[in-house]
Amino acid sequence: MSQILDTYRGLKLRDRMAAAPAWVRKVGLLLVIAFAFYLPFLNILPFAYVRTDLTSRGSDWASVLFLVVVYMIVAVGLNVVIGFAGLLDLGYVGFYALGAYSIALFGSPSSPVVEALQSRFGLSETWAVPFAACIPIAIAMSLIAGVILGAPTLRLRGDYLAIVTLGFGEIIRITARNLDNVTNGATGITNVPTPPGPEIDGRSFFNTVDAERWYWLALTILIIIIWLAFRLEHSRVGRAWLAIREDEDAAAIMGVAAFKFKLWAFAIGASVGGLAGLLFGSKQQYVEPNAFMVNLSFLFVAMVVIGGSGNIYGVLLGAFLLTYLPERFREFQEWRPFAFGVALVVVMIMRPQGLVPSRRRAREFEDRKVEAEEAAADA
Amino acid sequence: MDFDALISGLDRHTLDGITRGSIYALVALGYTMVYGVMKLINFAHSEVFMVGTWTVLGVYTVLGVSAGAGLGMVIAATLLALVGAMIASAGTALAVERIAYRPLRKKGAPPLIFLITGIGCSMVLVELFGQVFEVFFGPPFGRVTVNIPSVLETKELFTIPGIDLTITNTRVIIIVGAVLMMLALDTFVNKSRLGRGVRAVAQDPDTASLMGVNQNRVIMLVFVLGGAMAGVAALLYTIQYDITKFDIGFIIGLKAFTAAVLGGIGNLRGALVGGLLLGIAEVYASTVWSSEWANVTAFVVLVVILMFRPTGLLGESLGKARA
Repeated sequence: MSQILDTYRGLKLRDRMAAAPAWVRKVGLLLVIAFAFYLPFLNILPFAYVRTDLTSRGSDWASVLFLVVVYMIVAVGLNVVIGFAGLLDLGYVGFYALGAYSIALFGSPSSPVVEALQSRFGLSETWAVPFAACIPIAIAMSLIAGVILGAPTLRLRGDYLAIVTLGFGEIIRITARNLDNVTNGATGITNVPTPPGPEIDGRSFFNTVDAERWYWLALTILIIIIWLAFRLEHSRVGRAWLAIREDEDAAAIMGVAAFKFKLWAFAIGASVGGLAGLLFGSKQQYVEPNAFMVNLSFLFVAMVVIGGSGNIYGVLLGAFLLTYLPERFREFQEWRPFAFGVALVVVMIMRPQGLVPSRRRAREFEDRKVEAEEAAADA
Repeated sequence: MDFDALISGLDRHTLDGITRGSIYALVALGYTMVYGVMKLINFAHSEVFMVGTWTVLGVYTVLGVSAGAGLGMVIAATLLALVGAMIASAGTALAVERIAYRPLRKKGAPPLIFLITGIGCSMVLVELFGQVFEVFFGPPFGRVTVNIPSVLETKELFTIPGIDLTITNTRVIIIVGAVLMMLALDTFVNKSRLGRGVRAVAQDPDTASLMGVNQNRVIMLVFVLGGAMAGVAALLYTIQYDITKFDIGFIIGLKAFTAAVLGGIGNLRGALVGGLLLGIAEVYASTVWSSEWANVTAFVVLVVILMFRPTGLLGESLGKARA
């Protein structure tokens, strides 16, 4: 045993994990997942201090966990766009809103769209598109929106893309607020459907009280998406993104169809955002335009960049910190945006590569720093 | 859709659009100059404008003037407010450059990081006025709209005969003021020694520093000039609308950026053209559809321009301007 441990000493956490036997890694991963599923019931002191409902003013612990996981899904999706392909998307909330609105518009029996379908085809008043069918609709809607937005703009320089996507996020929200006869305008849509499940204690499985079930559902989806993201990163597409990110011209010369792969990144990111929005809308059972303000886009980007863009563990940490900390310290709610702004500036100046950068990204940053210093020395 | 309303009031709406557009154009200068020199969108520029509007309020409060003061007092207060807003805005812009951008430039960080620190600065400035100052000083700071005394009262000057269009003193001041400031800036950049440095760095930073241009000083100069223009815009804005709020910067900033891109980012005259066109387009669109869609117009214009003419109407040319 000590022999095994000795080889680990002096290694970084990541190398230690890589050096461990396969079964240790598998068991470790299973333990982490099991612990994540157990989190809503965490009640052993002193660990219970992480809970957010210790005071009467706190928010429901399982709901906070749910939100953390939904934002983690968002962060992993946005990481494909920002971290892998190196495109700055400031309108991610638009896709998130599209996902939420898709399930609301097609799944709620009282939405104007479903009501129109009911009267057109003579269906009963309780009819709506079933939940399972709403998932592909939401993913398809956000994916199509991603392609429509990306096709004309991805040929532009990166900083233009930032502003255009920012505008897109606002357009989605303003449209949702103003199209009264489709989206009910500022009133929003109620009766958003929840996933089907067995009835327990006379309540449906996914209800407004037992938030931990929502958390488990979101966690399961998150795990699948993380797995997919890892597969993508190390696939041919992932390597193409890497090449484009580091030097688009060189990549194009080597035969990487830059525009095509950028569009892929955009579309994949968009559909993950839509899926996260769908989860959010379904848990709230109510969707309204003001839930999708532009600040949310900044929050999403900040999660990715502060955590360490390009590294899935990093963005998970970023999403966790930026969602959990404000909920844990609700007493200072009014100060949250200020603290957030200060944190953005400070973290980015101290660690522009993020808290837990991917190794490759860290080296890219190191290169640029050396180049900048050399240029300064020359001047 | 109400085209009749647009046609019947075409002259009035155009005048409205030009007034709005002049303010956009002045704010757009800040984006355009910083972009021309650093290839960077200064996200905090909208808040530089916001600080200006609060300074106008501060100057009026310190002087104790309100609507209906004597003519001499009105002129003195307005000029003081102008100077105060220009200094405050330029100072804010300079502080943003020092705190958020310079350390990153030294590290050679990629453009994305500059945007993030810019957003961070913007949030900090917004929250200073919306939250921090409210806790320390109380009202008028806070998350509410604040009225600014309309020291410069609106008076009808003359009516253009034939089309029956009334011209007021505030509109003349806004439009003439904006155009004068732009002419002054254009002359400065194109004729003065410092302006030549700005153009040199915009054209080729490395060669410029070989020729003895101090890049850091040029960058500071650009932030100061852009900030001062935003300060002028802030005064004109308060003359027209008599309000300020902790978050007014965001929408105006986005529109001004759109105006800059529309005219050709990096191009000073382009900012004027873009600002005026955007202002007019917006007023027309809000007459034909409804005012809620005015903000969407700006983005649609932006996307269309970027698709068909990414360099803007007049081309990107801060560096290419003749020497």
